[in-house]
Amino acid sequence: MIERIIIGTLVTGGVYALLASGFSLIFGMAHIINLAQTAFYMLAAYGMYLFTQQIGLGVIESIVITIVATTLLGILCYRLLINRIRQHLVAVLLITIALALLFEQLMLLFYGAHYLSTPYLIGGFTEILGVRVLNQHLLTLGIVAVVIIVVWLLLSKTKLGIAIRATAQDAEVANLMGISVPRTLLLTMGIATALAAVAGIAVAPLWTIYPYMWTSPLMMVMVIVILGGLGNIKGSFIGAFIIALVEVLVVSLLPSGSFLKMVFAMLVMVIVLVVRPGGLFGIVFEEERL
Amino acid sequence: MLRRLLNDFRWGVIPVPGRLLAIIFFVFLFIFPLIVQGSYYVRIFTFASIFAIFAASWDLLSGYSGQANFGHALFFGVASYGSALLYKYLGWTPAVTIPIGALAGTLAGVITCIPALRLRGPYLSLLTMAFPLMLLGLIFAFKNVTGGEYGISGLPRLADSVSKEYYICLLVMTVSVLIMWKLTDAGSKYVRTGLILHAIREDEIAARATGINTVRYKILAFAVGGLFAGIAGALYAHVIRVAGPSSLAILMSFQAIIWVVFGGIVSIYGAVVGVYTLYPLVELLRKTPISQYRLLILPVIVILILLFMPEGIAVWIRDKIERECPRCKLTNAAWRRECRACSASLR
Repeated sequence: MIERIIIGTLVTGGVYALLASGFSLIFGMAHIINLAQTAFYMLAAYGMYLFTQQIGLGVIESIVITIVATTLLGILCYRLLINRIRQHLVAVLLITIALALLFEQLMLLFYGAHYLSTPYLIGGFTEILGVRVLNQHLLTLGIVAVVIIVVWLLLSKTKLGIAIRATAQDAEVANLMGISVPRTLLLTMGIATALAAVAGIAVAPLWTIYPYMWTSPLMMVMVIVILGGLGNIKGSFIGAFIIALVEVLVVSLLPSGSFLKMVFAMLVMVIVLVVRPGGLFGIVFEEERL
Repeated sequence: MLRRLLNDFRWGVIPVPGRLLAIIFFVFLFIFPLIVQGSYYVRIFTFASIFAIFAASWDLLSGYSGQANFGHALFFGVASYGSALLYKYLGWTPAVTIPIGALAGTLAGVITCIPALRLRGPYLSLLTMAFPLMLLGLIFAFKNVTGGEYGISGLPRLADSVSKEYYICLLVMTVSVLIMWKLTDAGSKYVRTGLILHAIREDEIAARATGINTVRYKILAFAVGGLFAGIAGALYAHVIRVAGPSSLAILMSFQAIIWVVFGGIVSIYGAVVGVYTLYPLVELLRKTPISQYRLLILPVIVILILLFMPEGIAVWIRDKIERECPRCKLTNAAWRRECRACSASLR
């Protein structure tokens, strides 16, 4: 029981961490609430199904093609649609949810409302401290860990990371320092979509693939970013594992827990918003509260 | 009295194309069941009336006061489940359950205020989005009371024929929309709420500095929005005779926003126009060969409207057919050369 809870928390938390950090990244940069973030995750999972099951490519090629295609799609959506109206909060929320619904309906058209799955990328299990752990779970955890470290290094060590953080702090001054703000925004959007794509690839063999799979993670991601503080990457990582723990505990310990997991997660969010509106690690902006 | 009304009509309605169109539209709605055969189309317009109340109430709350509520389905669903539960356990008739259901919606609106008054902007949107989902989770968890995913079915009908139901919904819609329109009219001499809601949206701190109790007006906006969304929800439950979880779904909240943005935000008539164009259009696509692309078309329309007609279709049309006199601020038809009151040149 305990080991299942621990593994479930780590896998779910890792996936949520990838999704939430992308969501947080683009919000911190441009105050864009990208509700289509998890739709890209859904598209990436379908991409894995398409390339490995239907076309029959190798695993590595499929992963590379899926990530590149999803990222390009994200950049395209940003460039053509979101960028033109990103000053208006409600318009951005609407256009991103419309995009998500569009992707959902397209997948529904192509694949129908069936539950699909891809086989495990690697089979078998490993024994750790007397507990059998599926290799696929370990692989997913490995992917998540590597990606989180890469993002961390990218943001803290590279020139692009410095540009991203500078633009997030103050876009005008960053522009004066010679950083091209539109280009940085575009790249951030690309990184955020790529993170969603990696999350989609990581869960494709573990969880079922269906057109509505984006809604539940979207709610969870919103809870996580509010818990961690909107726009705060570190907060998103820690919040992701907290919420994953809550979710796994509720699902495995309470009767009809899979219906109640959302209630508990939302309860966490409401309490955080009322008690500490900036989140655990967020900075409270004066203009954002009364 | 009658003469004043006639005079108003002669000089206040006929020269202004927008108002004339609105009157023609309502007359058309009232004779609609007489000229159309088949209950299918009457049914569609019954739902359109209900959703017009719903969309207009979202516009009142979120468009006017700027409290971007992304969980408006909460009020709709609470009222719909409220009236259904009253019928199921107490056996009351629709004449009693619908008003009580609407009051439940109001109560939900006031309760939402408790956390919502502390937040604004994206935080408020995300918080309000959470509430209907929490309730949905509870509904699925307590299946024996709420019926789970099947909902509570077998509710009594509103009236014994389809066209009677149509007229009930249409009358309720007309009265509700009139009340909301008057309540939010910023130029009104008698009601200040419209102006105050505009002020809260534009700059809440400035509104507070001028001595407006913004908290009281925000609670009022939530309560009125909840009341009318509740009326719509309770009517809807009795017309389809099921109170199901779809009335709380995220799509329900977003549909209201889509209709309002399509028609024109911050204008009650925009919400009504949005519903009456988009809802029948999407429903009629069911009968065409492209019916499986029906739900695909909706997001595409939203994206195109946001990009090319951001102020909404009703406002866009109004700007094409009406022009304000630069001297006396009176509305004129766009094709007039000079103002109908002060004969200032409009060109």
